[in-house]
Amino acid sequence: MAGDTQQTSGEYIKHHLTNLTYGKHPDGTWGMAANAEEAADMGFWAFHVDSLAWSGGLGILFCLMFFMVARRASSGVPSGFTNFIETIVEFVDNTVRDTFHGKSALIAPLSLTIFCWVFLMNLMDLIPVDFIPTVVMDWGLGIHYHKIVPSTDPNITLAMSFSVFFLIIFYSIKVKGIGGFIGELTLHPFTPPNAVAAIFLVPINLILETVSLLAKPISLGMRLFGNMYAGEFVFILAAAMLGTYQFVGSWPWAVFHILVITLQAFIFMVLTIVYLSMASEDH
Amino acid sequence: MSINATLIGQVIWFALFVFFCMKFVWPPIVGALNERKQKIAEGLSAADRAERDLELAQEKATANLKEAKDKAAEILDQANKRANQIVEEAKDQARAEGERLIAQAQGEIDQTINQAREQLRKEVAALALSGAEKVLASEVNRDTHGKMLEQLAGEL
Repeated sequence: MAGDTQQTSGEYIKHHLTNLTYGKHPDGTWGMAANAEEAADMGFWAFHVDSLAWSGGLGILFCLMFFMVARRASSGVPSGFTNFIETIVEFVDNTVRDTFHGKSALIAPLSLTIFCWVFLMNLMDLIPVDFIPTVVMDWGLGIHYHKIVPSTDPNITLAMSFSVFFLIIFYSIKVKGIGGFIGELTLHPFTPPNAVAAIFLVPINLILETVSLLAKPISLGMRLFGNMYAGEFVFILAAAMLGTYQFVGSWPWAVFHILVITLQAFIFMVLTIVYLSMASEDH
Repeated sequence: MSINATLIGQVIWFALFVFFCMKFVWPPIVGALNERKQKIAEGLSAADRAERDLELAQEKATANLKEAKDKAAEILDQANKRANQIVEEAKDQARAEGERLIAQAQGEIDQTINQAREQLRKEVAALALSGAEKVLASEVNRDTHGKMLEQLAGEL
């Protein structure tokens, strides 16, 4: 177990689920939170430094990997790494083509970024739970809390899903106009034949459509968060119960989890494409 | 587990990476992929064309060969015919020449025989006459017995 060997299992698990937080203390000063309670007291103005650092680092890794290939991309015979990257690009391109029928320079690169980035963030789940925390705690940095899987942080997943939500609204208004967008919110799903009934049904339609609109980003973000959080929790439980022999529990789960990691990244990408294609299609 | 300003940070990261990908990653890779696709399609169609060309050339070659064979056979035929004709002609010519020679020789022989006969007749007549003169001395007159002697000589 990492750090303090006197921890109980409960404390150990709680410790592993606490982010390294930098934010505004209730007394007005900015600084690191010493523990979970202090972090909670910070309210909204707090940053999960570990989540942001790992997600940013993995995003930069993704950009560098693909940029290296993009710089020497040619129509000649691809080899090794280039081939691998091109396979991913082609896969994403085909998925976008199958689902999204409009023309957009944004949607395909957006999908590629989401797929690769979410995959990389999920992949951090496969690193043994105590490895990085031990490194940053005991081997010099003295950082007490460290969560290395950004997608187990709801802030991260919801930030991405709400960015997608913003794009949904942007595309809806761009394609249908503001009137069209409002009409879509107020005149569906109930469309009575006479105008009086239609006006009468506007509030009901608005409530229903707003719920279904808001359900999109929330379900998108919470699905990824939930899956990854649950997976991470199983690893932590295995580590808490089995200690040094945790691989007995975590190895089979890791093998199974490879599927979940890829699938969740893929689902996030596909749903983004589906939502955006729905937004940019007129009924 | 609280929702906090991490959201804002992550949105900024997200926007940055999507922008980077859209600007520097996606266009060159997809451009290269499309270019390669086109290149491969062109190569395949060129191969198809070459195959068709080869087929055509083979057909042409076969036709040429057949024509040449036919022509050769025709020429051979003609040559054979002509040779036969020449042989026949030569044979005819030779036969005619032979006959001519034979006729000529026969003519010469006849002439010679006639000459010899004439001469012989004359000589026999003279010999008989001289013999008879000697035998009969003066009794026989060349003029009176000439007719008889000539008859004698004709019997030879």
